[in-house]
Formats: sequence, structure tokens, C-alpha cells
Amino acid sequence: MTPLMSTAFIGALLFGAVTAAVPLLLAGLGEQMSEKSGVLNIGLEGMMIAGSFAGFATALASGSFWLGFGAGAAAGMAAALIVALLCVRLGLDQVVVGVGLTLGCQGLTALLHHVHFARTYPRLPAASVTSVPFLADLPVLGPALFRHHALVYLAFALVAVMAFVYRRLTLGLHLKAAGDRPDALEAAGIDVIRTRTAAVLATGAMAGLGGAYLAQVGAAVFVPFVTNGAGFLAIVLAMLARGRPLWVLLGALLFGLCLALATALQVAGVDVPTDAVQAIPYLAVMTVLVMFGRRSRLPAALGAPYSRDGG
Amino acid sequence: MSPQDLPADLGAARPWRPGKIFRWLALTLMPVLAALFGGGVILWAVGVDPLNYYGTVAGRGLLSPSGVQQTLTRMAPLLFLAAGLIVAFRAGLWNLGVDGQFLLGAVAAAASAPALAAILPSGAAILVAFSLAALVGAAWAMLPALLKAYGGVNEIVSTLMMTFLGVSLANLVVKLGLRDPETTVPQTRTLPVEDRLPRLFETTVSSGLLLGLFTIILVHLAMTRTAFGLRLRVMGVNPRAAIHAGLDLPWLTICAFALSAGLAGAAGAIEVLGIQGNVRADWNPAYGLLVVPTVLLARLNGFAAVGFVLLLSVLSIGGESAARRTGVPSAFTFVLVALVLVVLACSEYLDRRARNTPEGAA
Amino acid sequence: MRMAAPMPREPVIALVNVTKRFPGVVALDGVGLELRPGEVHVLLGENGAGKSTLVGILSGRHRPDGGAVVIDGAARRLDPPRAALSSGIGTVFQHALLAPTLTVEENLLLDTPWWQRPKRAELRGQAHRLASELDVLVPLDARVSKLSPAERQQAEILRALLRDSRVLLLDEATSMLAPAGVDRLGALMGRLAERGVGIVLVTHKLREALAFGDRISVLRRGRKVGEIPPERLKGTAEDAPAAEIVAMMFGSAPPNLARQGSRAEALAARGRPVLKVSGLSLPPDRAAPGLSTIDLDVGAGEIVGIAGIEGQGQREFAELLSGQRRDGSGSIRLDGREIAGLTLAERRALGLRHLSDDRLGEGIAANLSVAHNLFLKRIGQRPFWRLGWERRRAIGKNAVALARAYDIRATSVDAPAGNLSGGNVQKILLARELDEGARLAICSKPTHGLDLATAAATRARIRGLAQRGAGVLLISSDLDELIDLASRIVVLRGGAVAGVVAGGSSAREKVGRLMAGAAA
Repeated sequence: MTPLMSTAFIGALLFGAVTAAVPLLLAGLGEQMSEKSGVLNIGLEGMMIAGSFAGFATALASGSFWLGFGAGAAAGMAAALIVALLCVRLGLDQVVVGVGLTLGCQGLTALLHHVHFARTYPRLPAASVTSVPFLADLPVLGPALFRHHALVYLAFALVAVMAFVYRRLTLGLHLKAAGDRPDALEAAGIDVIRTRTAAVLATGAMAGLGGAYLAQVGAAVFVPFVTNGAGFLAIVLAMLARGRPLWVLLGALLFGLCLALATALQVAGVDVPTDAVQAIPYLAVMTVLVMFGRRSRLPAALGAPYSRDGG
Repeated sequence: MSPQDLPADLGAARPWRPGKIFRWLALTLMPVLAALFGGGVILWAVGVDPLNYYGTVAGRGLLSPSGVQQTLTRMAPLLFLAAGLIVAFRAGLWNLGVDGQFLLGAVAAAASAPALAAILPSGAAILVAFSLAALVGAAWAMLPALLKAYGGVNEIVSTLMMTFLGVSLANLVVKLGLRDPETTVPQTRTLPVEDRLPRLFETTVSSGLLLGLFTIILVHLAMTRTAFGLRLRVMGVNPRAAIHAGLDLPWLTICAFALSAGLAGAAGAIEVLGIQGNVRADWNPAYGLLVVPTVLLARLNGFAAVGFVLLLSVLSIGGESAARRTGVPSAFTFVLVALVLVVLACSEYLDRRARNTPEGAA
Repeated sequence: MRMAAPMPREPVIALVNVTKRFPGVVALDGVGLELRPGEVHVLLGENGAGKSTLVGILSGRHRPDGGAVVIDGAARRLDPPRAALSSGIGTVFQHALLAPTLTVEENLLLDTPWWQRPKRAELRGQAHRLASELDVLVPLDARVSKLSPAERQQAEILRALLRDSRVLLLDEATSMLAPAGVDRLGALMGRLAERGVGIVLVTHKLREALAFGDRISVLRRGRKVGEIPPERLKGTAEDAPAAEIVAMMFGSAPPNLARQGSRAEALAARGRPVLKVSGLSLPPDRAAPGLSTIDLDVGAGEIVGIAGIEGQGQREFAELLSGQRRDGSGSIRLDGREIAGLTLAERRALGLRHLSDDRLGEGIAANLSVAHNLFLKRIGQRPFWRLGWERRRAIGKNAVALARAYDIRATSVDAPAGNLSGGNVQKILLARELDEGARLAICSKPTHGLDLATAAATRARIRGLAQRGAGVLLISSDLDELIDLASRIVVLRGGAVAGVVAGGSSAREKVGRLMAGAAA
């Protein structure tokens, strides 16, 4: 048996895949909600990194991972508030504000990191693990899939929650109408601005949570630019998932696997350049775009600002 | 959703009137000043003396002889990038993948120039390496261009993905294919100083600056004075009007992407041939996202872009020096640029509201 | 709504001295209006009279700048739309405001609180009861994008009724309907009025106002210029209020009288064919019915009308002819030369012109100057460009000349075209499409949404073009316009030619009947 096929390797790979997938999953589910309601959140990367820093710093100071997650979600939401105010309320260009938000959050977290952590580079202890009864005892799969931080299971449960919201609740109809024909929603007596604002804030919370998980559990440390494009990957995931939460999950796992492969191969001592392995998720996205890009259907009013008294 | 939604020709229409100049100043300088002020508040809040920081930035980026030479040299690649973004944005295309195009262009130039210099006279070698870099940059944008032109795939996503891929590819090529065997750090063979772009007069300023100035003005004229530029602008402001007027949108999209990415690739070549002399592994200056706001601030006007590129150069060179002296990370420049962008967007919103929209528009 | 209407005749809603300004225009200037239960109140006015602004205010989409809305004796706000809905005003918009990707049922359930599950069963029960009582037919399971305009309208009416609206606001409700559909709508309005619903019908068509209205208010230039109460409307002979209303709508001189002579010229003998279309076909897709083997010819100096309610393949037909889309099959001959294989630019060079009905959407590039828009279809051609470089003087000089000839009113030809009013935008397009070299002009809804003066000028331009020997294809859903201008009217229905009718006033009924076939 080659080292690549060893159970230890596969176990580590799957464990890493899940860990890497969770931030993408959370941010992707959030972005999906925004996109459904007609807001393209190019600033997702910024929201994630804001959540990363806030989560890491809070967890470090308080010693509580859950407080960290809460702070991460709050920071992501605060960043999203800028998008909600400028893009949803005032109708400013979503790409311009999104690029600005990403730059600003990257720069600000780098500055704060410098002020607080640059000399000590503190690390968080390993996250506590919640084992799923019975399943955690399975060979290989048990430790890989069912011994994670409790947030992981919540993130997976969120897929079902989002699917329920979209398919069963009126909120799902509201979001869809806000993205496809906002004035129709307004004519039905529902406030489009409020609907989109709520969607964007929820996106910020989810992206911030994803970022916090990435820094607290995935990396156990905050360094500038720690999210390294995960926010952009999540945007693509949401676009390709065409409104279905389950597809975000599948995509996140696939990308998580690619990301984990780099680490796992190094651990296994296989000499593959990390650059090549790191490129795999992006290569996968481009392949998917080439194959299915034509069919990626986005809401009609995506990116278009809505104003009621526009005439 | 297109960059052209910003009033691109603001201030370009003649005749100049005092009110117009005032408005232009208000819409241009105010965001910059407000951003500097906001940045100062942030610095103060984290315990850094903003006056000391800005003093260092201005002193090292603008007022010291060596600093100003570095600043002018830094302008060269930024001008090429700005020119490339102007083409794309005028055509209504969000080419957010200039970093990958830049880096691959740089690698292409770094790989070819030393070899070419051995067989060609220095000037010709530079020219060939430069063209090769532009071609590589353009080629890297072809996939997003084709996807956009024939599949309607959102170019924001595809160009961003191609940037990540481009950075990885550049690193791979440097580490595996082109690594200089004589050094321990993974980097390409270094182009001898005498084979690089000549320096200007008695200074350390690269002549790339002149090329950059020439290019951005040429691009500006091409966009505003030629049939090709007008076709791109029509596509940018109203793609449906372009279809109605019989323009070949897929072809224009491909041309705009090729030109935009070619200029980004050329920017990489200028950086290598004029300044670095080689490409180190994991080197990625990531100018792209910083030049995007600069170009928007200049409202896609090439002449105005020169001024803002100068400002960006001062901020980034000064910021790098200040990072060494005051410890504020150079990424703080990101915060300033982000503030400029947001204040700019807000002030344009206020301006739109303040101006009376003419009759019939309501 | 359930009660038998007691006809109290007290206004449910009253607008008092309502004013609404948009930047640069006063859209409504001190308008007063009283809506009574059980009455069909017609708001009549030309395009630009302020009707849509009034609809916007009543439906809560616009907030008045001055004046008051009085409901049940108290001043109330109608914006945002939610407030109008809860005040009992249900609106049926001209272009149905329904989310196209949702089903009818889902659209009707949008007002459920967001945290609840939509009450589908309850809705179905109510909808079926209303449908059977009032003869409103809507397929609840169908996706809105698949519905015809008439079905969408019925869905919106159903939505208003499900909310127990006391007032039903119908905005240009007949413009998308075939004549038979108009009659059905009229009957429905009657039944609703009997139940005590107050109905506001907004229209620019005098005939409908007289046919359906119990009370008619006339708007002109943002002011209410007159109101005809039921007693006068029903009491007198039909002609008397009509003449009075026309005078109110147009001021002293109604423009329709300036038509004489035109038809005689239009009916003049056909010259040799300029355009000969044979077997033009386009496969149907999700949005449009496609085209099935259309044969048509247009003689020199002839104006041929293409009639049909919206969405019968008119747009596709125009785009196939102009070369804007080239995925059809069949033969198109211009002056005897086959052009089906040519590009739009090549066809234009041969004299084929296309006046789009979507003036702001595809006609002009709003951010570019008037001058550039005038030459938008000649980019790169001499004498305006040489070796690819723009010749500013040539462009400027010619643009000024064209602006003068076509009476385009702009501060400068360098001003952005988007700054101009709708009428001036249309003049830019007329100058671009109808000026020298035109052999055949496809004119899509050339006067839709224009003020009277520009509409008249546009018709004169089209007539003038035909007199100069060019052919004109006039695509319109406005019967008056077709009868006024065209010597022959081809009716399109479901992407096929439903019939050809010779022009003249007798054509109205025949064309109407042919158009209506589609409403079945």
C-alpha cells in the first residue's frame, strides 16, 4: 500500500477537507442569500477577514471560542452594514463598494494585527471537539468527519435551514422576488430595501462566522490576508449553485478537498509543489465555468440598485 | 453594474466654467482629503501619531530626492495598469484580474530578456521581451474574454479566478522551470543592469516612466478620439444600443480584454525590465486592486489618471518607508484607498442628487 | 366588499390639491379627485398629462410633494405601496408587476409575513370562489413568465380582489389587450362596481372612457382640466360629452383634425417593391412565438402597417429585417438584392433603417453626446472618421445641421443625449434613421409615449419619407395610427400573418377582429 492510500492519509485529508470547507460553506450560503435578493457582494472577502480578526482576537482575550464566533459574526455584519447602507439604501455601485470594503477590511485588520499581535504572534489552543455518538467510532470516517468543533455541524445544519427557508417560507419568495423583479415585490406591499438589507446583513454574519472559524479553528492564528481569496471562492460557489444550498455544500466540500490536499500531501511527504495544489480549486472553478458557465442563471436584477421613487 | 455608470466624461466637456471646475475639485480632491483625514483618525485610534505617519509618507515618498525617484519609478508599471483598466472599464468590462496578467507578463519578460540579451542588441531584446509580456498577459485574459463574449459568463468572477491561477502558475514557472541555478533563493536569472531599460539622465528613475506616460495618453486618445474607442464606449455605456447599432459585441469584448490584459502584462515587463531585473518566487506586488480605485477616481480619464497614479505612488512608496520607520504595515495604504473609494462613491451620489436631473428624465 | 353595495356615494378616497414635482417638471399641479364606491371613474389624458404620476401616488409608489390624501375623512399617507394596499387600494399596473420566476400563486402570497409558510390552500379556496363569482380566469400554478399579458392582468386583478380592495386602480389596462379582452374587462369592471368597489380606469383612449366610465376626469399637463359627472355623462347624447372632452384634453384645437389628405397619398398606387420578404421564419423560444414563413412586400412610397397586440413576433420580425439578429431563415430582398446574409451595417449602407421603439433602452447611448448618438450607426465611416480617427469638426457641423433640420432641442450637440426629453430623443433617432439614403424604414411604435406635437411631427416625417419614394414598415398596436398612415395593414398573430387588410377607416373593425383571434 502506498502512503497515499493509507488510512491515516485519507483520514487526515477528509478531516482537512471538512475544516477548509466550513468557511466556504458559511460564506457561500450567505452570498447565495444576497445574490438571490439581488445584491452582488463583492465585499464578501472583506466581511470574512473582518470576522477572522474579530473572532480570533475575542477568542484569545476571552478564552471562549463561542464568544469569538459571535464577535466574528458581528464584525462581518458590521462590514455588511456598509454595503447595506451604500449599495442597498443609496444605490451606489456594488462592485466599487465591494472592492473598497475588501481593501479596507484587509488593510484595517493588517493594521490591528500589527498593533496587537505582531510582536507575540499568539496562537489559540486546539478547538474542543464534539464527537457525534456512534458515528465518531467508525473507522477512518469517524475521526475525519464526526470529530469536529460543534460549529461544523451547525454549518451543515444551516444548509437544511436555508433550503427550508427558500422552499417553504414566504421569506424565500420575498428574496427571489427582490432579486428578479423588485418592483413586483414592492407592489405586493413588501419593502424591497428592507428585504435586501436583511439579506445583506445575514450574509455578513455568515461570512464573518466563516472567517472566524477559519482563523480560530482552521489556522488557530490570525495573520494579515489570512482568508486568502476564500471570499471570492465563496462568491463563485454561490453563483454556480444557482440558488440551491445543497450545491453550495457540495462545492464547498470539493474545494475544501482541494485545499486540504496540499497540506495532506506535504504531511505524507509527497513532493508536489504547493503552488500547483493550491491552484486546483481555481482550476476547478474555471473548468466548471467553461463547461456550465453558459447555464449559470443569475437573478435578473442582480447588481441593479433599487429605488422606490425612481419614477 | 458597469464602471461606465460613473460619469466618465465629467469635466471633459468644454467649455470650462468656474462652477464646473469647483465641482470637479469638490468631487476629486474632497474624497482624497476626507480619506486622509479618516485614515488619520484610524491611526490615532490605534495609538499611532497620524502627523508623524503622514509626515514620513510625504517625506519619504515625495520630498526626499531618493524617495521621489523611487516614486516616479513606481509610477511606470502603475501607469500601464491604469491604461489597461481604462480600456476595460470604458468598454464596461470589469477586468479585476490584472494582477495575474501583470505577474505572468513579468515572468515572461524575466524569462526571455536575459536569453534575448545574449543574442540581440539590448534595445531589441527589451522590445521583444516587452512584446512577449504583453502577449502573455493578453493570452491569460482570453478565457474570461471568450466566456464573456460567447457564454455571457460574468467576467468579475472569471478574471478573479484567473488571477489566482496566474499567481500560482507564475510561482510554479519560477520555481520549477526558470530558476536561476546560481542562486539559492528561487528566482529567475537576473537581467544585467546595462541590459535593462535606461535610466533617465543622472537619476535612478527608469525610462519606463516615459513609456508609461506615453502609453496612458495614447490610450486616452484612442478611447476618446477614435472609432474603435467610441465602439468600446458604446458597448460600455449601453450594450443593447451597441447591438442595435450593429456592433460586433463578442469581437469588441475580446479586443478590449486583449488590450487591457496586454497592457497589464506590459506593466509586468516594465517592472522587471526597468526595476527588478528578475522575478523572485512568491513575489506579487498586487497593484491591481489599488489601481482600480485610482482609475475610477480619475473617471477613466487618462490625464487625470496620471495625477492619481502619482498620488498612489507616493502613498505606496512612502507607506513602505513608513512601515520600516513607524511600524505601520504598508497594507494601511489599502485602508486609505478604500476610504477614497467609499467617499468618492458617496460624493458622486450626493452630486447626482444635488444636480437637477433634466426634464423628461423623471 | 361582500355586502350588497348600498351606494352611499360618499368618496372613499379623496385627493386634495395634490402636487408632485420631479426634477425639472411639475408632473401634477394641484389635482383634486374623489373616488366613490360602485363607480367607474375614468382618468383621461394624453401621454405626459400626469396620469402615471397619479397612479404612482394612488398606488404608493410616489409621495406627493403637496396636498393631502383623505381616506374616511382623515388625511393619510399612501406611500410606501404597503400603505396604499392597507388603505384598500389595489392596483393593476400597465406592465404587470409580478415576479416572472414565481408562479401566480406565489406572487399572490407575497404579502404573507416572511416567517410564515405561505397559506396555499386558503388562497386556492378564495381564488376559486372569486374566479367563479366574477369570471376571473387565472392558472394559479403557472409561472408568470409563461402567461400572456391578458392573463397577467387577470392575476393582478385577482390579487387586488383577494385583499378586499375598496378601490381598484387600472392603469392603461386595455393597452395590452385584444378588442375582445377589452370587452371582457369592461364587463368585469361592471360586476365589481355592482359590488361596491370603486374603480379608477386610467386611459388615453376617449372611446373607452365613454364606454366604461361613470365619471370622467380629464388631465392635461399635470392639471385636472375638467370632470364630467354621471348625470351629464349618461343623460346627454353621446356626441356632446365627447366633443367637450376632446376640447378639454387638447385645449382649443384637437390635433386629430390635421389629418386630411394623408390617407389619399398613402393609398396612392404602389411603386415597384422596395422590400420583398419571403418565407421568413424563426423558431419559437421561451419568450416569443417565433415567426412562421412570413411573406410580405413593400412598394416604393408605400407605408405598410404591421398590426397586432404586444408580443406576436413584431420585435423579432423587425430585428430579423434590420439584421440585429440573424438567426432566422428565408429571403429578404431590398431593391431586388438579397440581403438576408448581410450584416446590419451592410444592410444599413443599402438604405435599410430601423427606428426602435425602445428609445432609451437600445436607441441611444444616454451617456454619450447628442452628436455621437446621431452618428452611432456610422462609426468609423467617412467623412466623420478618417483612418479610424474622429474628425470632430465634421461631426460637430453635421450634427448641428441635423439638429436644426429635425428640431432637436439640446443645450449643445455635445451634451449627453440622456439629458434630453423623450420627444427630443425620438428626434435624434428620426434624424439618424430617416435622413438621406433611406430606402426602407422599419418604424416600431414611432409615436408611443410621445407628446402630441412630437407625435405629429414624427408622423409627418414618416409620411415625408414615403413621399420621397422610400418604403415604410409601420409596426404598431395603435389602430388609430395604423389607419391614419398605412395603405395596407398586415396583422401578426402568434408569429404568423393572420390577414391583410386594405387601409382606410373601414379597416378598423377587420383589423381589430384579426388581432383579437389571439386572445382566445
